[in-house]
Amino acid sequence: MFWEQLINGLTLGSTYALIALGYTMVYGIIQLINFAHGEIYMFGAFAGLFLVTVLGVNIFVALIGAMIFCMLLGILVEIIAYRPLRGKSSRLSGLISAIGVSIFLSTLMVLLRGPNTTRYPEVLNIHSYTIGSVEISSLQIVILLVAFVLMAGLQFMVQKTRLGKAMRACSQDLDAACLMGINVNRIISFTFAVGSALAAAGGVMVGIYYNAVWPYMGMMAGLKAFSAAVLGGIGSIPGAMLGGIILGVLEIFGVAYLSSSYKDAIAFAILILVLLIRPQGIMGQKKIKKV
Amino acid sequence: MQQIMKLEGITQEFGGLRALDGVDLEITRGEIFGVIGPNGAGKTTLFNIITGIYVPTAGNLIFNGQKINGFPPYKIASLGIARTFQNIRLFNRLSVEDNVKIGTFGLEKISFWGSLLGLPVEKKAEREAKEKSDRFLQMLGLYEKRHEYAASLSYGEQRRLEIARALALDPVLLLLDEPAAGMNPAEKEELMDLIRKIRDELKITVLLVEHDMNLVMNICERIAVLDYGRKIAEGMPEEIKNDERVIMSYLGDLGE
Repeated sequence: MFWEQLINGLTLGSTYALIALGYTMVYGIIQLINFAHGEIYMFGAFAGLFLVTVLGVNIFVALIGAMIFCMLLGILVEIIAYRPLRGKSSRLSGLISAIGVSIFLSTLMVLLRGPNTTRYPEVLNIHSYTIGSVEISSLQIVILLVAFVLMAGLQFMVQKTRLGKAMRACSQDLDAACLMGINVNRIISFTFAVGSALAAAGGVMVGIYYNAVWPYMGMMAGLKAFSAAVLGGIGSIPGAMLGGIILGVLEIFGVAYLSSSYKDAIAFAILILVLLIRPQGIMGQKKIKKV
Repeated sequence: MQQIMKLEGITQEFGGLRALDGVDLEITRGEIFGVIGPNGAGKTTLFNIITGIYVPTAGNLIFNGQKINGFPPYKIASLGIARTFQNIRLFNRLSVEDNVKIGTFGLEKISFWGSLLGLPVEKKAEREAKEKSDRFLQMLGLYEKRHEYAASLSYGEQRRLEIARALALDPVLLLLDEPAAGMNPAEKEELMDLIRKIRDELKITVLLVEHDMNLVMNICERIAVLDYGRKIAEGMPEEIKNDERVIMSYLGDLGE
């Protein structure tokens, strides 16, 4: 029982982590909580569905297709809704703009598809494997593997490539990066692209896992992933990974050992506790205000 | 005599405050040019205008015959104008080596897919960045510390790292904002040698803002003096030393 729940928790947590990364990367660079990020995730799930049902492609092709689609969507949202406000007005206006985009995107999907839940078709032959007394499905293995590969790839990209170094430089001192010849707007676009692609991957996998996608699925998932990002320390990439996994595991254990009616409350209880006890999160750095 | 940078009637206003008032300057290729003046005279504002942080209220900024006012800072930097900062602004949580590499990123455009997929273009650019950072870190005596975080360096080392990072941009004009601030006399000597070396060996024109009169008089070939946003004098160190208005407004203050 314990081990099975742990695997369920890790599976759910890894999808939270994929979404949380987008929040934390964008926040790290422009200190914006991108509240439209959950809707990008939702669009990713629908893009995957479209590719599988209408074009009839393989699920892995659909996954990559959905990621590329959301990259473009993320870049578009940034250019239209955030860039014109940047530097010219307070941070609050960016936040309000993000909420506006969030409402716009979910409403747009309602217009396109109606408000009802759509089932994902059978895209994988799901086997169950029993290791000792623990049961794990092939779908869980695929989700865990894909999430792991994506996160390892991201970590490599951020640490080793020029793009990743430029991102880190921008997150530490945007103005100095600009004065060193870095086209900051380009780097910000790339950051949105990468974060959105990860969210899309999360969306497709959650769609398959729970066999359901609906236009408002981004709301709750987005808020939980945001809580995960805060738990890990907003702005910290390893923090978002860790925060997502911890949140997923706690949520599943909460459902298993307490009551399923607490499912959604757990994430927010953790968010409140973190903000009270350790506002900078697990991996975040304490900001020292200079007077 | 070939001009590299020309400022024509540069005026900068912040609300009602006029930080710079019709400043003209001509900087010749290959010289070490100093800008001095009391605090609040507009020296750093001048740097911020040249590097594109501010767009001047009036006047023209001409670099190599090209008008550059209104250009975004990253573009001005990639044209070959690099700077250091009065308050050190390194990327503290990047390694010393990566700080210098950042300086090369403006020259070789970062390719998104190249970085993501590890394409050969990107590998080549990364290799070139590494070669360049090795060269400049050796020149500035920081090579042994290349894997440390920038934040862990001593104050003097951080100042040198800022110069290394600026050099990685392959600048033709290097702007040094109070490079000697907080240095002891021995470090200042080293700094003067370094600035001369940058000009002589790398053929980079140097424009510096500095409080330390001794340093400025020693290494600058020409000096401009700012006071309350106006240029009150310009000339060779000897001329500046004996200029009455300069003595009144600046040197006089020091003598008190």
